[in-house]
Amino acid sequence: MNKIINDIRETARQLLAEGKVDVVIGYEKGSLPLKATPCFVHSPESVDLLIWDETCENNLAGYLAKTPGKKAIVAKGCDSRALAVLLQENQLVRDDLYIIGVSCHGVIDQRKIGAEVGEILEASINDGKISVKGMEGDKEYLFTELKDATCQTCRYPNPVIEDLHIGETIEVAQEAPAFADVTEMENKSNSERQEYFKEQMSKCIRCYACRNACPLCYCQECFVDCNSPKWLTGGVNRAENLFFQAGRVLHLAGRCVDCGACTRACPQGVDIRALNRKMTKDVYVMFNHESGISEEGKPALNEYSANDPEEQFLVKE
Amino acid sequence: MGEIQVEAENKKYEPKIAAFLCNWCSYAGADLAGVGRVQYPATIRTIRVPCSGRINPLYVLKAMANGADGVLVSGCHPGDCHYISGNYVARRKFALIKSLLNHVGLEEDRISFSWVSAAEGIRFAEVVKGVTERVSALGPNNGIFKVDDGGAADE
Repeated sequence: MNKIINDIRETARQLLAEGKVDVVIGYEKGSLPLKATPCFVHSPESVDLLIWDETCENNLAGYLAKTPGKKAIVAKGCDSRALAVLLQENQLVRDDLYIIGVSCHGVIDQRKIGAEVGEILEASINDGKISVKGMEGDKEYLFTELKDATCQTCRYPNPVIEDLHIGETIEVAQEAPAFADVTEMENKSNSERQEYFKEQMSKCIRCYACRNACPLCYCQECFVDCNSPKWLTGGVNRAENLFFQAGRVLHLAGRCVDCGACTRACPQGVDIRALNRKMTKDVYVMFNHESGISEEGKPALNEYSANDPEEQFLVKE
Repeated sequence: MGEIQVEAENKKYEPKIAAFLCNWCSYAGADLAGVGRVQYPATIRTIRVPCSGRINPLYVLKAMANGADGVLVSGCHPGDCHYISGNYVARRKFALIKSLLNHVGLEEDRISFSWVSAAEGIRFAEVVKGVTERVSALGPNNGIFKVDDGGAADE
């Protein structure tokens, strides 16, 4: 039995038995192979449902505000950053929260497997090796081959805020964030980029799975659902899809913690992350700000400095 | 019939530009331009907002979606905001709006931001002239946000 899972279960059992929390939010085995699903444990008897592995891809931070009472949450690095942003924005009460921090080596990108072996029928994870039985064939992968794009450049595998840490921490070289993906995109010509995003937006079916998966999309009424003013007609077409995605990304500018939940939730494989990453880079370069790295502070767009750059956007005279 | 066609061909393309002007500076600047009878192209459709900090990125997107050929946003110079810090907050937002929209392939000159004070009537006219020239050069908006295009054209 994996020691981390054991410790998570033991901690959850204690917290629930002592009545310190009403619910522990973690992961349980999902009904599909290689998919964990969020799990809400209310009694000490059911803590054995909880698991921890490379399939725990959901960002659980989004469930907290919707869950009443005192709660404990199993948080990886990016979950904890989302928690930090939610705390900065007064969406959560710190005293009602018990954060069980777990260092994360990254999660599996299912799309990579699906593209090669079709629908996944069976899968097992052993020692960093993942054997998959698919509709169109079997294959064995190394975990490093399947790591989600956002996990490959992750600089915060260890939770930034936590009440208890389980397992070992992961060493990271604390270098400045790298934005190779954004730079590559920026170096393309205007029309190439336009073509790329046109193609991406034609795929979008506006199911809003990205919005629902996002821990920081918590507006009571999303602008896409608003009737007055009616920002969007509700019809699905490329122009309105881009309106939606651009509007959402601008709402998340300076807040997005790059957990990749939106991109993994997308059933159409839209490259939503390309937009979010661009904003993350701009916020870092222009305002020297990284979102959700501590409980203190404010999101980038809630503050200002007299020296903020303006040459790039002011009209040329 | 022939005459009408000739007339239509001769008629110079005039862009429609949605101009979001802050109540305290740029709107007053535009007013001063009017009072002083300073001439500038009749291409802007003025929308008065209480402060440039009131600009929601969705305003800009919606204007483009509804077929505006360009968007001009103008507020008080940094440091002169009637509400002390509205335009400082707006400044960060504007930088990101401009950057994101260029990134997804919108022409750079479609969206313009400027600071115009209540005393700068002549400068306001210059800004509008400049923006009109650049938007005219781009031609009508059939861009990536325009909804009636709908993206159906290239499918």
